[in-house]
Parts: sequence; structure tokens; C-alpha cells
Amino acid sequence: MLTGKNQRRESASLLIKGGHLIDPASKINAPMDILLRDGRVAEVALPNKIRGGADEKFDARDLIVSPGFIDLHVHLREPGQSYKETIATGTTAAAAGGFTSVCTMPNTAPVVDTAEWVSWLRNAERGAVVNLFPIAAATRGSRGGTLTDFAALQRAGAVAVTDDGKPILDDDVMRMALRLGAELNFPVVQHAEDSRLTENCSMHAGPTSFRLGLRAMPASAEAQIVDRDVTLAQQIRESRLHVAHLSTSDALKAVRRGKRARARVTCEVTPHHFTLIDENVGEYDTNFKMNPPLRSATDLEAILVALADGTVDAIATDHAPHAPHEKQVEFERAAFGITGLETALALAITKLHREQKIPLPRIVELFTAGPARVFDLHGRGSLARGNFADVTIFDPKKRWTFEAAKSRSLSHNTPFDGWPFAGKVVATIVAGKFVYRLE
Amino acid sequence: MNKPARGSLLGIEHLDAKEILGLLKLARRMNPLKARPLLRGKRIVLLFYEASTRTRSSFEFAAKSLGAMTTLVQSSGSSIEKGESVLDTGYTLRAVGADCIVIRHPSAGAPHLMARHLDIPVINAGDGMHEHPSQALLDAFTILKHKKSFKGLQATIIGDIYHSRVARSACHLLTKFGVKIILCGPPEFVPDVAATLAPGLRVTRHIEDALRGTDVIMLLRVQKERLAGQKIRLQDYIARYQMTTARLKLAKRDAIVMHPGPIIRGLELTAEVADGPQSVIVDEVHNGVPTRMAILARALGKAK
Repeated sequence: MLTGKNQRRESASLLIKGGHLIDPASKINAPMDILLRDGRVAEVALPNKIRGGADEKFDARDLIVSPGFIDLHVHLREPGQSYKETIATGTTAAAAGGFTSVCTMPNTAPVVDTAEWVSWLRNAERGAVVNLFPIAAATRGSRGGTLTDFAALQRAGAVAVTDDGKPILDDDVMRMALRLGAELNFPVVQHAEDSRLTENCSMHAGPTSFRLGLRAMPASAEAQIVDRDVTLAQQIRESRLHVAHLSTSDALKAVRRGKRARARVTCEVTPHHFTLIDENVGEYDTNFKMNPPLRSATDLEAILVALADGTVDAIATDHAPHAPHEKQVEFERAAFGITGLETALALAITKLHREQKIPLPRIVELFTAGPARVFDLHGRGSLARGNFADVTIFDPKKRWTFEAAKSRSLSHNTPFDGWPFAGKVVATIVAGKFVYRLE
Repeated sequence: MNKPARGSLLGIEHLDAKEILGLLKLARRMNPLKARPLLRGKRIVLLFYEASTRTRSSFEFAAKSLGAMTTLVQSSGSSIEKGESVLDTGYTLRAVGADCIVIRHPSAGAPHLMARHLDIPVINAGDGMHEHPSQALLDAFTILKHKKSFKGLQATIIGDIYHSRVARSACHLLTKFGVKIILCGPPEFVPDVAATLAPGLRVTRHIEDALRGTDVIMLLRVQKERLAGQKIRLQDYIARYQMTTARLKLAKRDAIVMHPGPIIRGLELTAEVADGPQSVIVDEVHNGVPTRMAILARALGKAK
């Protein structure tokens, strides 16, 4: 070990002092100091009560200290599409957005449908700066036919299975996936879209799509699949269904029905679906094109209620980077998806907290304890003693303007360029080490 | 992304009534038979990604009547076939020296994309199911030749409105002048959401209801291949929605019958209606040239 005079020593312990801790899983919402040691939470105590020194101290006065944020839904594009994003650039953007863990979607090239690819993603050579949890394909090649080897994928480190980007459409295949998932305590993540109703469609069906002359996806294309899946989840004991990027009022009704029946049904919502509606597409702005599409004002209202009342388990970004040549084309031909890692917290604070008056602890829960429960990420999502030393420190009052050009992501396809925000990440800590610090 | 260059015409929706009246006034002063070299030396590209007879030939005559040079670029026989993007084609045409691009494209919004990235005016000659502004203007020009003004008029549009850029542009234009419009057809062609396009629109499934007391009847072409996937059969459509001499009697005595073409006799209308005294279908085509002369003159800043 190098210990030269000017050599910065690796900090084995870090004391976060003077901050206000919000840790919903531990029911803490109070000023607390936190000592991190050897990658774990060593102590959480009232201000100035932690005795003994630390290798490094962080002054968190006027800041919120939170368990590290967890994003259940990102596309980091490796393997195969590193011109859009890499694990290194994508996780750097994640760190800047306060995320200490990200769950990667398997719709890469090739599709992550084997244990080998799961291991490849988790290999340190990929250069991830935050924790990376692969979600593997539910069917071979995500073609919707034959199930993958769930047990092998789980052993290799996958946290769930999905055919994201596409639905698991066939009733029997979905039933088998939930059954096998139930045996292994393995969540099945559904991209809920009845693609038979959405062929060649590029936005939500409503007055705006009619005005723009665009073929459009009815809200029912999502709701019908969620409805079917919830029914299956109720029938199959111990099965775990997670609804990805839920966007419609009717799909929420189905999720509520499942939760009332005590089925293991969870769902996530993206920041863009709680902020924007179909009208915002304007004159064919492809940075407002994603799947599921921006929905109606009524759907957005229902999502806001569900975020506040606990129906929604997690905020997930669906970070979907694309190169300019895939976006600067005709709207109908443009790729679906937008980036989202660096704007998620700011949107949550600006829209949900300041505008909708949702308390900060609930927002923190949606970024931490909520998502940790969805995929059983043990030791994360809370700063209880002994847990992983993943911490996000943010300033909920800080005003700033997002500039897409300064994004850490390799791609800049965001609808939020130039948006004024309140709420900014100040530091992100993974396993006790800083992976991001606001300059 | 930038604002479209001055003089661009991407749609009717965002034009105000004054701009529309200005264009119509200018169109009335244009005479295709008397050459006026307003645009001498200007290069106008007709960029057509879709088949067209009327729109393409009338834009070309319009440009040439004003002294401009034109060149036609079509998707077949150009680099578009080789996979060149819309934007790259636009940059190329700009570099070649185009002063204005008239574009028809099967994808809604393609002219907007080009206009946001080029510093020359872009004219929408029909984009997917979105808008066909020059058609709406020539239709307004035609209506004003037969009616004193738009005041108090009622119009009826019958047919496949869902797929029709002509219908969308017409609805935007006429409702800006207070014209009440009735949209008529089966739900597959006229979904209820169509009524939200502009103020003063009403949807009906019954042609008798749609025609009673109307001043202007606009028929749209019915594409047989589009009926194929729908619930309604061709014979049912004809029985319920075809424009016949008997049905025409329900409208005002001086009602005019319009159609953007191409017409399919025996389908959306009978030959008697198409060739009858109330039909202004040929007149519409004729008015296409002066209207497009006005559009091009405005685009290139020679609208005086």
C-alpha cells in the first residue's frame, strides 16, 4: 500500500456530520450523524454523539442524508450498443443523479438471456462506478416463446427477469414465468403493452395524436396486460409481478386490485410520466417520444395520487439513451426513450414535493426502501447499522438549471434541457466511498 | 433546433385568419397565364417522397409561372433510395443551392423536422395524416369564388377523416372563420376524438343529418385497402355514405360539392354528382396553381 506523504490514503471510515437523515425503512426523519466504516454503516447517532475519530468527515449541514437511491430500470446499452451509452458512462450519470444502485435491462445486443452475460455485466472490467444489478431476459432472445433458465440467471446474480422493450404477451408463457418465479422467489417484470394494439404507433391515443396525424397507442393496451398479469399473480401462490413504467389510470386500478388481494404485485413510475403529458410532444419533438408514451392529464393525475398514497412502490427512470441520428428523424421513425438519471431527483422534488406537497420522506422512500423491497436488495435502501454504506446526500432547496450538453450520459436525448429545478444531489457514496461530489 | 425560416408553410393550424386572408388575396392576383417573374433566379426543389399528380404539377407550374427554376427529387431514383435521411437530403439540397423546399412525405411532421434544421423556407405539400395546407388554401379560394364570404356557412366533410390530411387542414382553416363543420362517416373513419380538432366541429354517423341545409360538401377518397381491415364492408359504406343526386337534394340548393381528388366514381360519389352542376371538383384543381403561386411568392419574400 502506498503511504507516501502526498498520496491520498483510501478512507476506511467516513463520518457524515450535521445532516438531516431521512431513512424511511428505519422510520428516521431527524438530525443524525452517520459513521461509515469498511463499506458498511457502523453507527447512526444523534448529533455529536459519535465518539472516536474518522479518516474523513463530510459536513452535511443544511443537507438531507438518505440511503443511496436505487433505480430499478435503466438501459446502459452494453453489450452491443456502446455508441449510445456504456456501463462506465451510464453509471457515472447515475452517480451524479444520486443513484448508488442501478438495475440494467436485458434488451441489449445480444439480449442478456444467459448466466454468462449476467456475469459479464457484473464484471469489474465494465467499469461501473455504482452497484449494478442485472435483470435478465425472461424468454430466450426476449422473443416471448421459451423461458430462459431462471435458476441459472439468479445464481449468476440477476435480480429479476423481463422481456422489457417488449411484453410477455402469451398467456401461457406469462403463467409459466410467474410459476417458475414463484418457486425461486424471483420477480417477473412486465413491460405491459398489448403490442397487437400498438403496431406502428408512436404516441398516446387522444386529441393530440389525432391533431398530429400520428397512429397512437390506446391506454387500454397497457391496462389490459396489467389486468391479466394481476389476475395471474393472484392465482399463482407466491408469484411476484412487478409492473414496469406504469403510465395509465386503468393499470393503476389493476395494481390496486392485486395489492388489496395481497398478491405480490409491485409497480414503478418514471419521472416523465409524473411530469409530462401527451400535449407536450408539441410539434413532433422526438425527445418527448418514449414507450409507454406520455399519457393524458387524467392519467397523470391518477399517478400523482398513487405516488402519494403508497400504491406506487418506486420511482424508476427508464433511462434510455439514444444517439442523435436515432432521434433527429421523422417522429414515427425515431427511437423510443429518453435519458433520466440526472433529472430524477430534481423532478421529484420540483414536481412532487414543492408542487404536489408530497412529504420528503415519502419521496425518499420511492427512491430507496421502496425499490429495495421490489427486488429484495438486502442491506440496501436503508442506513440501518450493518447495511451497505451507500448514501445519497442532497440539497432539497438548491436551485439549478439542467443542461443536457453537460450530462455525463453519452447521449443527450432529454426533454428537460434548460429546465429550472429545485433539489440537487450534493454527494453520492457507494460502499463508503465518494463516487460523485458537487463541485 | 431553430424556428422555421420566415415564409415556411408547415400547416394551417398555427396560421391566423389574417395571414390566411392575405394569402387568398394574393392568390386572386396571381394569373398563371400571365408570367410574372417575381421569383426569377430562385431555385425551388420539389421533394416528393410520395406519389402526386395534382400537387406536384401545380406547384411546378406555379413556380415556373413566377420565373423560378424547379427540380424534382423523388424517393425513387435519388439517394433517398440508398438510405439517406430526411435531414441529410435537406442539407444536400440546401448545399446545391435550393432557396425553398416543397416537401411531401408519408410521415407526419417530416416538414417540421426539415424546417427546424434548415435556414430556407419549407412548404408542406402533405405530411402523412397530418396536414395539407396548400389544399386547404385552394379549397378556401374555391369556396370564396362560389360564396360571398365564410360568414354563416356550414360545411360537411364525409369519408375517411382519420387518415385525411386534407380534412385536418380544412377543419383548421374553415373553423378560424366561424364555419360550422359536420364530420360524417363510420367510427373507423370518423372517431369521436375528431371533434376535438378545432372549435365548431360535430360528428355524426348519418349522412342525412350531415347534409341537411349545408352549404359546402367535401368528399374524401375512400381507399379500398383501408376498408379491408375495418369492420365496415365496401357495399355498406356505399349504401350509407355515397354521395348521390338524391342525397345532394338535402343540402342547400346552391351547395357546392368538393373533392381533393383523385375521385373514385361509384364509390364515395356517383358519376352524376361528380359531373353535375354543383360539382366544383375541376375548379379546385384549376385554383391550385394561383394558390400555390401565392404560397411560393410569400415564401420567398416577394409577396408584394
